[in-house]
Amino acid sequence: MEPDPQGLSGYFGPWFNATVSFWCVTLLVVASAAVAAFARSIIHAAYSLFFTLLGMAGYYVLLGSDFLAVTQVVVYIGGILVLLMFGVLLTNRSLEDLHREKRAGFLLGGAVAALLFFLVLVQIIFAASWGPREMGAIAPNTRGIGRGLLQGYVLPFEFSSITLLVCLIGAAYMARRREQ
Amino acid sequence: MSTLNLALMIFLLPVAAFAILALAHRRLPRHGDFLANGSMGLALLASIVVFARALAAEEPILVHWTFDWVPTSAARALQGGVLVDGVTAFMLVVVTSVSFLVYLFSVGYMKDDVRYGRYYASLTLFSASMLGLVLADNLLYLFVFWELVGLSSYILIGHWFERKSAADAAVKAFITTRIGDVGMLIGMLICYWKVGSLAYVDLFAAVSGENLFNAGSDVDWQTWAGVGLFFGAMGKSAQFPFHVWLPDAMEGPTPVSALIHAATMVAAGVYLVGRLFPFFTPEAFLFIAYIGAITALFAATIATVQDDIKKVLAYSTLSQLGYMMLALGVGGYVAGLFHLTTHAFFKAGLFLGSGSVIHAMHHEQSMSKYGGLGKKLPLTAATYLVCVLAIIGCPPFSGFFSKDEILAAALAFAQERGEHWFLAFSGFVTAFLTAFYMFRQFFLTFTGRPRDAHAYEHAHESPWTMTVPLVALAILALLAGGKPGWWFEKLIPPHETARTVRAYAAYHETAGGPLAPVVVQAAERLAPTEEHAPAAGDEAHAGAHGAHGLAMTLALSLAFLGVLVAAAAYWQRRDGATYLNPALIARRLRPLHTLLWNKYYFDELYGLIFVGMTLGVMRLMAAFDRIVIDGIVNFAGLFGKISAFVSGILDNWIVDGAVNGLAGLTSLSGGGLAQTATGRVRHYLLFVALGVIALSVLLFVAI
Amino acid sequence: MRPQSFLVVGEAPLGLEAYLLVAAILFCLGLVACAARRNAVGILIGIELLLNAANLNLLAFWRFQGGAMSGPDALDGPIFAVFVIILAACEAAVALGIVINLFYNFGTVEVDNINKLRH
Repeated sequence: MEPDPQGLSGYFGPWFNATVSFWCVTLLVVASAAVAAFARSIIHAAYSLFFTLLGMAGYYVLLGSDFLAVTQVVVYIGGILVLLMFGVLLTNRSLEDLHREKRAGFLLGGAVAALLFFLVLVQIIFAASWGPREMGAIAPNTRGIGRGLLQGYVLPFEFSSITLLVCLIGAAYMARRREQ
Repeated sequence: MSTLNLALMIFLLPVAAFAILALAHRRLPRHGDFLANGSMGLALLASIVVFARALAAEEPILVHWTFDWVPTSAARALQGGVLVDGVTAFMLVVVTSVSFLVYLFSVGYMKDDVRYGRYYASLTLFSASMLGLVLADNLLYLFVFWELVGLSSYILIGHWFERKSAADAAVKAFITTRIGDVGMLIGMLICYWKVGSLAYVDLFAAVSGENLFNAGSDVDWQTWAGVGLFFGAMGKSAQFPFHVWLPDAMEGPTPVSALIHAATMVAAGVYLVGRLFPFFTPEAFLFIAYIGAITALFAATIATVQDDIKKVLAYSTLSQLGYMMLALGVGGYVAGLFHLTTHAFFKAGLFLGSGSVIHAMHHEQSMSKYGGLGKKLPLTAATYLVCVLAIIGCPPFSGFFSKDEILAAALAFAQERGEHWFLAFSGFVTAFLTAFYMFRQFFLTFTGRPRDAHAYEHAHESPWTMTVPLVALAILALLAGGKPGWWFEKLIPPHETARTVRAYAAYHETAGGPLAPVVVQAAERLAPTEEHAPAAGDEAHAGAHGAHGLAMTLALSLAFLGVLVAAAAYWQRRDGATYLNPALIARRLRPLHTLLWNKYYFDELYGLIFVGMTLGVMRLMAAFDRIVIDGIVNFAGLFGKISAFVSGILDNWIVDGAVNGLAGLTSLSGGGLAQTATGRVRHYLLFVALGVIALSVLLFVAI
Repeated sequence: MRPQSFLVVGEAPLGLEAYLLVAAILFCLGLVACAARRNAVGILIGIELLLNAANLNLLAFWRFQGGAMSGPDALDGPIFAVFVIILAACEAAVALGIVINLFYNFGTVEVDNINKLRH
């Protein structure tokens, strides 16, 4: 992120915008993720996931990857989240089901385990030396990504495209309407 | 062929026959009886050759062959060997001739027997053993064959073992002789202990050396050894009080009775005494003589009332054996052994004759059913008469000569010492009784009216296989006599027993044994110690000549008297009556008759004492075993039960508890752990997370 | 190195650790969702959260590596993230196909009730 010469930076420092943006996005993401994890109703969970993914796109922007942010919105939200919505709506008998879900008994255990895991992760993050922390220059990614996909990473690219094809065919087959 | 080879052949031929018969008689035609007959015939021929050589020999000993049998740690090994001298030679002839004739007789007599082959096998075993006994040169080998002879006797007496009486008789014979053998073993042990050897030559050499036998002790070992050895002879020769088995042994087939219990086995005892003649002390000899005298008289009294034809002959045998022992005891070496020979022939003849009668009367043995068989069995009757005349001592039969010798010796013995008159008295009274009961038997069987008409009808003379031996024996009974055993004296001059001992000594000298110097000295000192044998031989011979006349007269008259009484009682006149009525006499003398009839109750007495004692001890032991031993065992078993119980508890609770506990623990933990396998992947996810956490903690803490 | 300050606004750029922390939070939330949700689609939501957390990590490390943002591997961060997104799409499609199948067969998508293989 480039320091911003204008704006509030004059009063709060050159990194003010970036910091505020970060904190806003963080709030959005964490809150919606919490809702997605803990919500009783599956519809609420799905909807809050939408906001989580949106927040992720914001993160990508902050981290200087414009292509990825857009890809996130288009593919993740527009594709995967829609798919999930379909799943939610197609696999519930009635509207009541959508809202009624008993908590699993493992909530507490899962929460404790996740907490412990989080603590471990925190410990790792702050104990490890991650090397140089310079931030690189920001430039438009698209050209670079395109070149990379077709030059250095062409093999994974091809593989993943075939995988995508296979998965789509398989999923379509699996989910076909049966003759009742 | 050398004499040794002949002697060995004589022994080995019956052995070979026995081996073949025992193993394969079923496969041979006629059960191989020709093998037995052939082997014994050949042995007989060989024996005659040996006998002829012995007659012509200069030295008393023809063959003395020894071999190391068992090497002991001592300087000398236990030796076995063969000794052939004059005594051996004539014994060989006696044994083989009687055996051969009995074998021949058995062909006819045992023709329909169910165990024909086994019978012949046992016979050959017996003959082989007897010949081995005669040929042995030491007491040990003698004892081995002694026992073998006893075994053969047991087998043969119990030949018809389905009869309980026969089986019992066989056992009785065997056990009674065994009791005598205990004494014999003790005698042998004393000999071995004192002399260091059991060979005859060594014993004789040691006898006269004082320092060997009676050194510094007041116990007369030699006498005890002699008495011990005589005990064996008492058992085997059925002397009083071991006589009880011989009458019962008549349960065996008649040829067996003839061979074993008249001619040979019972003579083994006499042979033993004769063989060891220089060995006995005067005291031992006295004992022998008295036993013999008692036996002779005692048995003759019982024989007078017996009804069974074979029993009469059995008691007669007992009586004659007593005679032989008496003769040897008073120093009549010639008389005793000579009588053995003549007795063998005529007693075998009598037994086979009775066998012929029994065969003719279809196995009826009771004389009360006989009578008038002389007409039906002329040959048997004639030979029987010959043998009867021989046994009562009628000249010119052989028995006369031998009996005469005995009575003369006994009389001279008593006259010289002025005491021991009982010996002579017994001899003469027995002569009277012998004449009486033998003629009683003859008259009852062959003369007068037949008492059982039905059996009489079927009676017939026996086949040639049975009559030929009878004739042969009768001839021998007739001819074996002559001047006091002219052939006998040629073999072993009785007054030359000293010479015999010197011959043994000389042999020892040449053989160079450790006893050599002593032996030569001993030979010179023979006169004082052998006060009875050569002195008795020399002096008794001279004295006997004087006594001869008296003895001969007395004996003949007593025999004649006996015949007269028998004729008076049993010779039937034309009208069937007798001059004296034996039944009336028996009634008048009822107590005496009953006593004699029951054989002086000896069997009952022995049964009470020995059998009762054994049974009592048995009951005591059984009670002891039941109460004490079983009590201890059960008590110990209690410990076992308790320990088993405790061990069971241990095992069930502790060990099983541990094992089950472990299994339970495993099961619980497994069950517990299995709960994590919920099948829900979400849980597995958390487990992974937990695992990562744990690892991280470990890593961080450790690092 | 001392972490950058979080609460001081504007003075210094936000550090790597911030993003990593957020990613960690997201990851843990995703774990919880995966573990504790009964609805199959809910589990899928959790998975998406996990994936997004990973993506964030990737980009954070790419942004703060410094100096290597040139050359043929200059954009390996975003490229990697693109692949992740592609595969997330695949996986979501297949998973939903399964879920719909489940719904057809069992009439429910509550994973606790789908236990025909359990004994």
